[in-house]
Amino acid sequence: MEPSEDDGPQPTSGQKGEAPTDHEQLLPELVAHLRDNRTQLRQEWANRITDASLLSSMAPHEIFSEATSVYDNYVEVLETGSVEALQHYAQNLSERIIPQGVETHEVVGIVLLLRDVLARSLFEKYHKDFSLLNRILDAYEPAANRIANTVSVSFVQERERVIRQQQDAIRELSTPVLQVRERLLILPIIGVLDTQRARQLTEQLLSGIRAHRAKVVVVDITGVPDVDVSVANHLVQTVDASRLMGAGVIITGLSSEIAQTLVRIGVDLSKMNTVGDLQGGIEEAERLLGFTVRRAVDANRQED
Amino acid sequence: MPTDKRTERAVQLSVSILRQGNYLIASIYAALDDDELGRFQRELIRQVSEFRSRGVIIDVAALDVMDSFGSRSLRNLAYMARLLGAVTVIVGIQPDVAFAMVQLGMDLGKVHTALGLEEGLVRLDELTGAGRLSPASGPK
Repeated sequence: MEPSEDDGPQPTSGQKGEAPTDHEQLLPELVAHLRDNRTQLRQEWANRITDASLLSSMAPHEIFSEATSVYDNYVEVLETGSVEALQHYAQNLSERIIPQGVETHEVVGIVLLLRDVLARSLFEKYHKDFSLLNRILDAYEPAANRIANTVSVSFVQERERVIRQQQDAIRELSTPVLQVRERLLILPIIGVLDTQRARQLTEQLLSGIRAHRAKVVVVDITGVPDVDVSVANHLVQTVDASRLMGAGVIITGLSSEIAQTLVRIGVDLSKMNTVGDLQGGIEEAERLLGFTVRRAVDANRQED
Repeated sequence: MPTDKRTERAVQLSVSILRQGNYLIASIYAALDDDELGRFQRELIRQVSEFRSRGVIIDVAALDVMDSFGSRSLRNLAYMARLLGAVTVIVGIQPDVAFAMVQLGMDLGKVHTALGLEEGLVRLDELTGAGRLSPASGPK
């Protein structure tokens, strides 16, 4: 069980100028030690994770099983020096734990805890031979740091990927162009309208007009709390551009703030067709297109 | 004037003016320089007066840029045609062009616009009372 007792003096003798061989000799020893004490160290690590109340969003048995995989991967990296497998695993792990609400500091925290737990066990084992301990740590620390680095970077990358994906999703969802009647489109806009979204809105609106051969477009901004002056200008320009394409724009659901902003920038009211709410806007659009909507009951009664 | 004849013909290559009942349909196929625009303007106005057209459609769908001179020329053309008793509808302005024009402050004034040729013809029918001249009115 204690091979280090015999191996111990050997590296001490060839200490100088043999650092590479030193590492090569020490790392397998290190790995063997960590493998032998796997159960105990793993348990200690899991305990420390719980003590530090990290990963609070995960169940204890989940923590333990992930801890086991991380531990095995960790030892494997120490042994082979290749972080590829770990990278893959860390990415996979991140994919699983990010939806559970695990934070970056928790991931970095648990990897550093494992590093501490293992370092502590090395201290305990080699504390009698200080120079050996030093060399063991020389071999251990760079590898351990690289692992910590790899795991955190993988986690952050995965998070960023998720964020990008969500941004794309929001961007796609944020300006739907809906056809409600022939030649009548509705664009409901919800949420903050910033410069980028306003530009996107313009693109969607103008290409929507062409794609659907629209004559009237109702832009409903009930869900937009406020806009700044440049976005308000952009909105007015979009209305003008739509007119150049032969489509009238009706804006509905202006908030009082937006109304004030529009007046402050001196918008030409003869160009802006605004109606209070979406229902009124659709009714106005139908009137412009020559539709009349009647309840079926009323229509039947008139015929009788 | 032989030189003039030849250049007029060159304009014909990038512009066509067709007569359809009381309407004239002018399609611009390629970007025109300032000279060509001027000749196009003269030629179209000449035909409006010659055929006593009631409506003019200018199709600019093939243009992916429009400068301020171009939009001013189109606007002037529409006003001149108006003075001769014809309503002008400009059709086929591309989305990018439309927004660029607005951003650069290029204005077609009170000129009517429509999405495409078909919409433009419908619009002309509305504006002229299907061929009969209606009182002057701008877009609402």
